[in-house]
Amino acid sequence: MIVIFGIFLLTLLVITAIAIVRTDNLFVAVMLMGIASLLIAANFFLLDAADVALTEAAVGAGISTVLFLGALALTSERERAKSSNRLLSFAVVAAAALIIIYATFDKPRFGDPEAPVQTHVAPWYLEKTPEYIDIPNVVTAVLGSFRGYDTLGEVFVVFTAGIGVLFLLGGGAAAGSLPQEKINEGLRHHLIPRVVGRVLIPFILLFGLYVQFHGEYGPGGGFQAGAIIAASVILFALLEGEQRALSVLPERALLGLIAFGPLLYGGVGIAGIVLGGNFLDYSVLSSDPVKGQQLGILLIEAGVGISVTGVLLAIFHAFAARGR
Amino acid sequence: MEALIDTLSWVLLTLGGLSVLIGGIGALRMPDLYTRMHAASVTDSMGAILVLAGIMLQAGWSLATIKLIAILLFLLLTSPTSSYALASAALLAGKRPLAEIPQDQEESK
Amino acid sequence: MELLGLYHYWVFAILLMIGFYAVIAKRNLVKKLIGLSLFQAAVFLLYITMGKVDDGTAPIFPEAGAVIFSNPLPQVLILTAIVVGISTTALGLGIVVRIKEEYGSIEEHEIQEIDKR
Repeated sequence: MIVIFGIFLLTLLVITAIAIVRTDNLFVAVMLMGIASLLIAANFFLLDAADVALTEAAVGAGISTVLFLGALALTSERERAKSSNRLLSFAVVAAAALIIIYATFDKPRFGDPEAPVQTHVAPWYLEKTPEYIDIPNVVTAVLGSFRGYDTLGEVFVVFTAGIGVLFLLGGGAAAGSLPQEKINEGLRHHLIPRVVGRVLIPFILLFGLYVQFHGEYGPGGGFQAGAIIAASVILFALLEGEQRALSVLPERALLGLIAFGPLLYGGVGIAGIVLGGNFLDYSVLSSDPVKGQQLGILLIEAGVGISVTGVLLAIFHAFAARGR
Repeated sequence: MEALIDTLSWVLLTLGGLSVLIGGIGALRMPDLYTRMHAASVTDSMGAILVLAGIMLQAGWSLATIKLIAILLFLLLTSPTSSYALASAALLAGKRPLAEIPQDQEESK
Repeated sequence: MELLGLYHYWVFAILLMIGFYAVIAKRNLVKKLIGLSLFQAAVFLLYITMGKVDDGTAPIFPEAGAVIFSNPLPQVLILTAIVVGISTTALGLGIVVRIKEEYGSIEEHEIQEIDKR
């Protein structure tokens, strides 16, 4: 039964991808990207990757669509030219695809518990997580504690993207833009979306906080929560206008959030050194090493969530304030 | 008792699947944007309610059922809103419905 | 089971090449970025497919009892990769917006024409 599901979703995914490349209306391509992201998220869920499915749905189908639409509003909506060197590109691409398909016959059997990837270090992590960290979600334990240094690097990548977009687009409205009142109107005169939005936004925020703090017990964590909370503020900005969204969460607060996330993460790391352990060693944060690990993971996930929220919102405001 | 719940949830899931199929066929075959949206709304309302009710019967009295009820409420609140936003955006962009009677025809009647 | 596994890998290869085709053959800059996103999504699919174990479940310890878990390590890697992917896409879109403001077009050949002058 699962076999049919899997094959169906994957076939739909390939059809959507072909449609994305072949359409020349960019808005249509972006909408189809959202559909493709949701199909991939459903597939991840079938492959037992619950955390990854949540992240792909929140980030890929949600935030990515908003960012692309924001960029398309500032550039053109139609692709004007025909592709270049179509036959040569297609030949190269088809040859590469055939080579990869030929190579897939040598792969270990799908789902084999004795495959090299399953027997290398994964059993060590699955065995030691209850002993060292004692939280149910192994993915959060590995992400936050065993491989915490990688996650610190990732927070810095998100930070860099945020300040990069602010450098490029942060100057406010460009020359020849629409008058401010038109941009700031939002959906003011549409009653239904405003009322429904006002009912839903508190619950979306609550769900974001739930995902943030339950990352240790189920699928969730900082990245997904950051994307969900950013989505709720973006919804508010779309409904009530850019100006009111900026008065609720001003630019300075956003810059503070962008900076505070990595600061909190690095601060926890340095606190580990100050208290006598290594950098990002959480065992020394509390008298009981296991409790220390849990406290450390809680703090750094909060840092990740704050950072992702701030960066996504700053990027959205940078695109939205540019005007046309 | 078990068999009854199983059969009932089978029936609900099949009906839900049929609703989604009908919505999909309607979205393809209808002549106009507004009629297509109307057909697709069958998926959001009947399809969602029937499929989620079928799954709720399988989950029994547990936390999962409450989460499913929350999902259903969220879907029922947001899908009509997004249909409204889509229709009003189309109207603002200048797409008129196919069934609209032009002014001169109205006067000559 | 073997057909499903092979099918996953074939879809990975096809999706990878569709995304790559969009990057090399299309001239519109936003289309190239969309193709890059598809390319990244295909790579994520490959990693998660390799981590699946027969009769496994998500790597979250239940209340009681021992279960077979799927491999958590590719999932951690892909979690990071998804967020890094969206960051680079956002930065890329920022650059495209600036290019449009400076050159007036986001078609690659028109930009190269303007550059030659």
